[in-house]
Amino acid sequence: MIVLVLVAFLAAAGLLAWITGGRVARAIAAVALGLALAFGAVVLAIAAPDSAWRSFDEPWIPSLGIRLQFGVDGLSGILILLALVVGLLAVLVSWSEIRHRRGFFDFNLLVSLAGVVGVFGALDLVLFYVFWELMLVPMVLLIAVWGHEDRLRAALKFFVFTHAGSLFLLAAILALGAFYRAETGAWSFQLADLAGAAPTGYPGLVIMLGFFIGFAVKIPAVPFHTWLPDAHTQAPTAGSVVLAGLLLKAGAYGLIRFALPLFPEASIALAPIAMTLGVVGILYGAVLAFSQPDFKRLVAYTSISHMGFALLGIYAMTELALIGAVLLLVAHAFSTGGLFVVAGALEARLETRQLRRMGGLWASAPRLGAAALILVMASLGLPGLANFAAEFSIFFGAFGPAPWFVAAAAIGLILSALYGLRLLQGVFFGPPRWEGIADLSPREAAVLGVATVVLVVLGLYPIPVIDAASGAITAALDPLMSRGASP
Amino acid sequence: MPSLLALVVALPFAGFLLLSLGGARLPARAVGIIGVSSVAISAVLAVAVFVALAASGPAEVRFVDTVWTWIDVGPFAPAVAFSLDGLSAVMMLVVTLVGLLIHVYAAAYMRSDASYRRFFAYMNLFVGFMLVLVLADNLLLLYLGWEGVGLASYLLIGFWYQRPENGYAARKAFIVTRIGDTALAIGLFLLFWELGTVDIAQVITRADQLLVEGSAVANLSAALILAGAAGKSAQVPLHVWLPDAMAGPTPVSALIHAATMVTAGVYLIARLHPIFEAAPAVLVAVAIVGAVTLLLAALAALGQRDVKRVLAYSTISQLGYMVVALGAGAYAAAIAHLVTHAFFKALLFLSAGVVIASLRGEHDLWRMGGLRRVLHLPFWSFGIGAASLAAVPVVTAGFYSKELILWNVWVAEPGGAWLAAVLLAGTFLTALYAFRAFFLAFFGKLRDAPSPPPRGGLIAAPLVILAVLAIVGGLFETSAYFGGIELLTLTLGDSLPAAAHGVGADALALMIGASGLSLLGIAAAYLAYGPRVLPRRAGGYLPAAGRAAEAGFGFDAAYERIVVGPFRRLARGLRDEPVDLVYEAVARLLRAAHGVLAFTQRGRVRVYLAVLLLGSLAVLAYSVMA
Repeated sequence: MIVLVLVAFLAAAGLLAWITGGRVARAIAAVALGLALAFGAVVLAIAAPDSAWRSFDEPWIPSLGIRLQFGVDGLSGILILLALVVGLLAVLVSWSEIRHRRGFFDFNLLVSLAGVVGVFGALDLVLFYVFWELMLVPMVLLIAVWGHEDRLRAALKFFVFTHAGSLFLLAAILALGAFYRAETGAWSFQLADLAGAAPTGYPGLVIMLGFFIGFAVKIPAVPFHTWLPDAHTQAPTAGSVVLAGLLLKAGAYGLIRFALPLFPEASIALAPIAMTLGVVGILYGAVLAFSQPDFKRLVAYTSISHMGFALLGIYAMTELALIGAVLLLVAHAFSTGGLFVVAGALEARLETRQLRRMGGLWASAPRLGAAALILVMASLGLPGLANFAAEFSIFFGAFGPAPWFVAAAAIGLILSALYGLRLLQGVFFGPPRWEGIADLSPREAAVLGVATVVLVVLGLYPIPVIDAASGAITAALDPLMSRGASP
Repeated sequence: MPSLLALVVALPFAGFLLLSLGGARLPARAVGIIGVSSVAISAVLAVAVFVALAASGPAEVRFVDTVWTWIDVGPFAPAVAFSLDGLSAVMMLVVTLVGLLIHVYAAAYMRSDASYRRFFAYMNLFVGFMLVLVLADNLLLLYLGWEGVGLASYLLIGFWYQRPENGYAARKAFIVTRIGDTALAIGLFLLFWELGTVDIAQVITRADQLLVEGSAVANLSAALILAGAAGKSAQVPLHVWLPDAMAGPTPVSALIHAATMVTAGVYLIARLHPIFEAAPAVLVAVAIVGAVTLLLAALAALGQRDVKRVLAYSTISQLGYMVVALGAGAYAAAIAHLVTHAFFKALLFLSAGVVIASLRGEHDLWRMGGLRRVLHLPFWSFGIGAASLAAVPVVTAGFYSKELILWNVWVAEPGGAWLAAVLLAGTFLTALYAFRAFFLAFFGKLRDAPSPPPRGGLIAAPLVILAVLAIVGGLFETSAYFGGIELLTLTLGDSLPAAAHGVGADALALMIGASGLSLLGIAAAYLAYGPRVLPRRAGGYLPAAGRAAEAGFGFDAAYERIVVGPFRRLARGLRDEPVDLVYEAVARLLRAAHGVLAFTQRGRVRVYLAVLLLGSLAVLAYSVMA
């Protein structure tokens, strides 16, 4: 029920914002997200896991067995709340950045968020796919309409890549349904029905690959990642925040929720390749981040590097590593999202994204510098911040089954220091090249304050996320265990 | 009392938070008071907890204070918990007490700096992380402190951030130590999977039980921990960051890059010594790394012109002493030298700080000279520090700790005699470079009139206290010839094997030989750099060797060529996303295919009819043939 309520509410608020337009629209968006967040937090805190609030199940297209089936467990709950928090921050960062067609902007933002909430709550694969597309299209528009100088090309590239991935996903979903029908005589696309009934052997491997490619493009895993730097660089700040904070997470979520439990055998077979892609992503992303001259492009490549850790953690298939991957989804939303906010703040002040045109900004904007320092430290995995808890849970968890992958991935810790410190030096240290740059506005301070406080709190006390995620992770691991993955 | 332990750690962090959130309007006076008192209260509590531990008797060898659960997934359950035993107590006292003296000094020394508040915020942050490191109850929390002090070190080396070279030095320090940190991290993953815990006490017991001596796992984990220690404690080949780290303010060099942080590697190996005992081959490697570092850095110190770089190489070399001791299994002796080194090296840096400030930032020894007439307190304090560093017999702290190391290394197997020979050579070199700096700075002709040095009780008191400690601060563990005091052994209790004390002809001969070499080194320095050598030989002796020594024997240049350059080229080569070339090729292929197909649809009815006809004929022909 809560998913349906939130989706409908966000979509309605989006429509209202579009109709009213102008400055009122942003207020509508902010209030709507605030209400949705308060509502969601209260309901998820109170409602029992099997209550009507948390689950919903009605027929949608009975002839094909497609149902409006939602369910919110701890993992979904965290990610839905994350979507609402990140959405609210995105509205705040776009507060004065976006003037042009403001109402339509907020419409797209809210509809994309509605799609994200639906993705994290849907338990019917067709329904999931509908939301999957719902979050994609408005994001394309956000880039294409409100992006920077090369926005059309970037938006098109983003659309083509993720849509191609989506087609693999759709084909795999339909094939899975067809297999189920062939076996039982009835259509169903519900996770609960399909789990354990998915084909094994070669057909299972092929269908699983469809899922994997669909999700891997979104994460994005190397070599499907090249849309991301362009999309991030050209997107407006709010778009980057939602893209990094939520859309990439949908890919990792899909692997944990669907790919692993549906295809345990095929996933075990794929694991070495998936972990290789993860490690290559960690190292490749970090090296390319180090060499980028553009602030936002640099941060985009760090995203690729970080999501490589998530891929490694998911396919290591131990409880600790998967917990780490989930923690990373949350941590990365704030560390990378926060860095995009910093990039936006700098671009608003200096009208450039080029690092070589920046320098010495600590002198005039120390609070912006301090926020960036904390975010960069989180990004390079400094202990005490959330990314460390996540990455080291992945490392500790994955070392047993995959010691060499972990050892190679650990080189990413050195590379992240290289790009992180290069970023800090290039922007904030060195001789001052700009004078009279305004420090954080109260609104920016609030956004970055939330991001940094969350990073510190989750870095020192990640237990709430761990506890919430453990149910879904056990559910993903149980079928793997019975097929001989290492504990 | 155990519950006070967390407070010892928390106070410096509270100081950091107050200072960083306090805003720019916080008056300098308040900054000084917050910055110093947070460490002062922490130090008082540390002493109280230590006394409680000592009074609790042998029954209770360890206090544990668990504050909250950090992560809890199966056997991986690190808590934010602190534990105090003999070894961590010694470290805690050094960190808080020497830290307090340096904070007091810095309150006056840095007073005129525009970023006074930022300075103390970072200093408090450092002390907090350092206490986490030495008091951590599990390896993950230890790693938090370990990397946290690295962050503080980075921020303080680059404190004067407007100069690009400071930023470079700061990044170099962070990245080089992080190479070691990463090796250490992998070592921790390995230990966790072998031993099934990250709790330090349990790791130590299980290492005794489960690690097979000389097995691949034991060797690998010990080697990885050694790499981590080498990064933090600036051992060859990861020592290159420390000389450049002198870009930070001098109190920073004294606290972080001499007295405390750089000893973390020594602490780590001592703390995890059962793992090294299961890996005898790695223990030999530890000794070799220490010996090479000791000699190389001592020689490099001889070639430096910058007084702070002399002290930096000296620190590297003295850390080498400690590492040699660790490699010989003389952990307690290494800790003894860690303590006395903290006294005399902090003293040397703080004295040099006064000299540098009074010369308006001049670091070059060759531009100093004759300062003994104008800077009385620094003259005495630097002299006492240099004497203690040179291990002048009987009257200095350095003598007692080095004597302890020398004897314990001498009796160690294998190769104790060889290592002792290296230590003896090191003794001569140490005395030579220490007094080279002392004579160059304080004797000879006065160059230009110095401006009034920083003075006042806040500067003088730490110098005097440290000078006293540099003289008598080694009398906590002595051989039978000097009273047979065994305070350190008593304090360390079960946490480390006790140090051996030498008696007899061997011991006497070693002690007299080392004493002679120390005095010989001072005499050689006097002859080569003393006031009688006039006119001063500007280039020093052996110019080619001197230049090589000044450049640190080419490590930086080699890294630039072998590692940094190729990496830069790789990064530049990949910058424009080679993977996209594949997708662009696909796009071009599609466009070409589109061109071909578009050619068939140009709206010419004649062509369509012709193709239709041909196609029909082909189908007809096919069906007829079949």
